[in-house]
Amino acid sequence: MNVVSLSLFDLSLAAALVLVMASLSYFMQLKMTQTILVAALRTVVQLLLIGLILKWLFAQEDFFWIGIMWLVMLLVAGREIMARQTRRFKGVWGYGVGTVSVFISSFVVGIFVLTLVVDNTPWYTPQYAIPLMGMIIGNTMTAAALSLESLTKTAWQQRMIIEARLALGQTWRQSISDIARQSIRIGLFPIINAMAAAGLVTLPGMMSGQILGGTPPAEAVKYQILIMFMITAASGFATLIAVWLGARHLFDERQRLSIQHLHAER
Amino acid sequence: MTVQTQLKLANFSCHNLKPINLQLESGETISISGESGAGKSLLLRAIADLIPHQGQCFFKTQEMNTFAPQQWRRQVAYLASESQWWFDSIGEHFDLPLSEQTASYLKTIGFSLETLNWDVMRCSTGERQRLGIIRALASSPHVLLLDEPTANLDTGNSLQVEKLFWQYQQQTQCSIIWVAHNQEQIQRVAQRKFEIRHAELIEVQV
Repeated sequence: MNVVSLSLFDLSLAAALVLVMASLSYFMQLKMTQTILVAALRTVVQLLLIGLILKWLFAQEDFFWIGIMWLVMLLVAGREIMARQTRRFKGVWGYGVGTVSVFISSFVVGIFVLTLVVDNTPWYTPQYAIPLMGMIIGNTMTAAALSLESLTKTAWQQRMIIEARLALGQTWRQSISDIARQSIRIGLFPIINAMAAAGLVTLPGMMSGQILGGTPPAEAVKYQILIMFMITAASGFATLIAVWLGARHLFDERQRLSIQHLHAER
Repeated sequence: MTVQTQLKLANFSCHNLKPINLQLESGETISISGESGAGKSLLLRAIADLIPHQGQCFFKTQEMNTFAPQQWRRQVAYLASESQWWFDSIGEHFDLPLSEQTASYLKTIGFSLETLNWDVMRCSTGERQRLGIIRALASSPHVLLLDEPTANLDTGNSLQVEKLFWQYQQQTQCSIIWVAHNQEQIQRVAQRKFEIRHAELIEVQV
């Protein structure tokens, strides 16, 4: 099957749409014009750049460079998780909790899938290793960010309740169990929604992409199912780890609520 | 019953408070008063090991740190001035079924077993406060740290609550530290009276 190659002219037509949107926002005084234009420009630059990098990377097939690429993805994801928090942990924990949970969950699941399910030679064939890991990290990032935000925000709001429960002789686990459970659920909402609505409400992005790229729909569907399951497992692990680490860090060695480990609200 | 030291503070301090040395006998009640912001609540919370502190605190002869935290807090129970509820119904906050003892406390201050089915949101502040007291007594603590336990109650209910604590003390020989402002109440409940002045805990005669 042939892929319709997009010319520069095709892309500028799409860009014109964004310009129309931007000028509309200018006349309507939405104060978004600059934001829209900058974001659009960033998309172009970042994607062109990654296109070049991927082209080079695919030619190398060198595990070292793939590892570097994964590492960059992970570190950026960790930073994004931290930036999403209204009350993040102070010090190294602010960055650490999210990054560690994404690292463990996405690398375990990602490498499992690459070695046992996709099973290429070599298993890190970049054409698979980069996009698969990218999708896992991106989605676990969202899950970890949502659950951490819920955990720290609710713990702050309910600090009197947590202390009252401790005062009644509950352990730190018991005193924060309801908040922790709720935070894990919130972290898993996006992927559960995506699974439930897949194919009915939305055609998932990756599958759409593959179909546009000429892959037979049946094949694209199989890959999409694989991706969904991967993301579900990784998001699940990530929220569990993030919530457990975060909740533990809200208490000290005498199981006292250490709410001062959280930054003031931004 | 023989009188013995139940709670002992040795050079115990938290925040700005000067180190405190204090012994409480079993069956004894002391009161602590002082301006708001003087550190009364902080002191009680520190004794319950809910916030960091310096110095030592003993239950009978055993130091706080030799207990698991939750074990310590079951014996040395802190009751905040405002009761907290996190489930929908009152009963979910108790270990059910209630012991006979706890059920009788409920009746002492004008509730019944039916109260356990009540919706927390529909209870008044005063009702919640009184139910919170029963909830704390249900785990049979040996030391009670009461932070203005009758602040949200009218006179009739205050007296009922005082009577409940008195009954509990008669049965268990527990020691009580009672933070209060009302001088009449202090006269009624406390054998020794203390005040926090200029960050120092001092015994007063009034």
